[in-house]
Order: sequence, then structure tokens, then C-alpha cells
Amino acid sequence: MLRLAPDVHAQMVGHCFDRLPEEACGLLAGPSETSTAEVCYPIKNADESARTYTLDSLGFLRADRDADERGLEVIGVFHSHTHTAAYPSSTDVDKAPDPGWHYVLVSLQHGEAVVRSFRIRDGSVAEEPVMVEGL
Amino acid sequence: MPFDVRLPTVLRQHAGGQATVQANGDTLGDAVGDLVRQFPGLAGQVVTEDGTLHRFVNVYVNDDDVRYLQKLDTKLTEGDVISILPAVAGGQG
Repeated sequence: MLRLAPDVHAQMVGHCFDRLPEEACGLLAGPSETSTAEVCYPIKNADESARTYTLDSLGFLRADRDADERGLEVIGVFHSHTHTAAYPSSTDVDKAPDPGWHYVLVSLQHGEAVVRSFRIRDGSVAEEPVMVEGL
Repeated sequence: MPFDVRLPTVLRQHAGGQATVQANGDTLGDAVGDLVRQFPGLAGQVVTEDGTLHRFVNVYVNDDDVRYLQKLDTKLTEGDVISILPAVAGGQG
């Protein structure tokens, strides 16, 4: 289960809409070894593409430092699918860098945001529930 | 002289769970070599068998991507902090 602080959910979804028509991306941080995202870091899509994303590495570095200063660590990454479902593509699975992370997909395919989260280990995908705290 | 090297979560398992470790060297390549001597599990994770930076990682010295400096030949000076980050990419294909 991935828990999202309410403002994390709002900021993540808002960023995905703001970046249309491009895919949007960012990182989620929380206390180490928990599954609660307390901070959302919207990060530039270095690809500036509607079909792919690459997290801007300097943005990642700054987010990682900020999380560290708050006593948190990066626990996951999110990105939007503008025209497909909120499910990891084969590209997402191939490129998933960290089996400990939560991989959050925000689909804007039907206008309203659909948020789903997955764990990706050794090429296999397992969905997990997403809970927005306080809702 | 020793430099702080910040590791991403995915590599910490190879370094006793530490987020920051220390490595010695005059250049980034030397420091990475020292890192691998200390933590053999990191072999092949940062530098390929051909001796070039792995394309799945981004390495920073302070705020600079070493691909835009001298890559592994980047000279280190006292107080430099090395950060290793996974390249994160994907998309709807």
C-alpha cells in the first residue's frame, strides 16, 4: 500500500495537468522504509515529450538533497500517461531503477486523473493500493 | 584525501546500507575505483567493463554532471561531494 499525504496527491495530479500535452514526472519522498509519501517533487521531463520521460538529473539531485535535509528519502517516482491507462508500459518496466520504489502512474486519458501505484521487481509488475490520507 | 560519496537507495545494499560513504582519489575515476575496492558489490554498477560511466547512472561532482566535465577524468578538490543517481526514465512507449 502506498499512502499519499493529501497535498502530495494534489500537487502530483496538478503537475501532471500543468505539463500537458507532455508527460509529467517527479519524485515522492517519505520516511525511510515506510510507504508514506509526505513530499512531492515535480521534476522537469528532460525529454519534453508526450510519449516518454526522463527525470532531469539535476532536479533529482536537488530533490534528493532536500529530502535528506528533512530526514526523508526518495521512496518513489511518478509520471503521467497522457493517452494510455495508468499501467506501467514495457519501457517503464525495463527502465525501473529501484526495486524498493513505488512506481506511480497518473493517467489523464479520460480527462479525470486516475492514480495507480505499482512495485516493479525483476521485470514483474504488482499493483498496490493507493490511499490518500484524510480522504 | 577522502571525499563524501552519496549513494542512491538501490546501491546502498552493496555498501552496508550506508547512504554516504568515503572514497579517496585525485580524479573521479580513482575515487570510483577506491569505492569498488571497499565495496566489491558496486563493481559494474557505476563504471562499465569498458571503463566508461554506466548509462544507467548520473554522477555529479557538487552541482555538475560529470558528463559535461571530464567524465571519469574529472579532477577532485578538497570538499567536493560526489553524488551517484540512477537514471530514471520511461513512458507510454
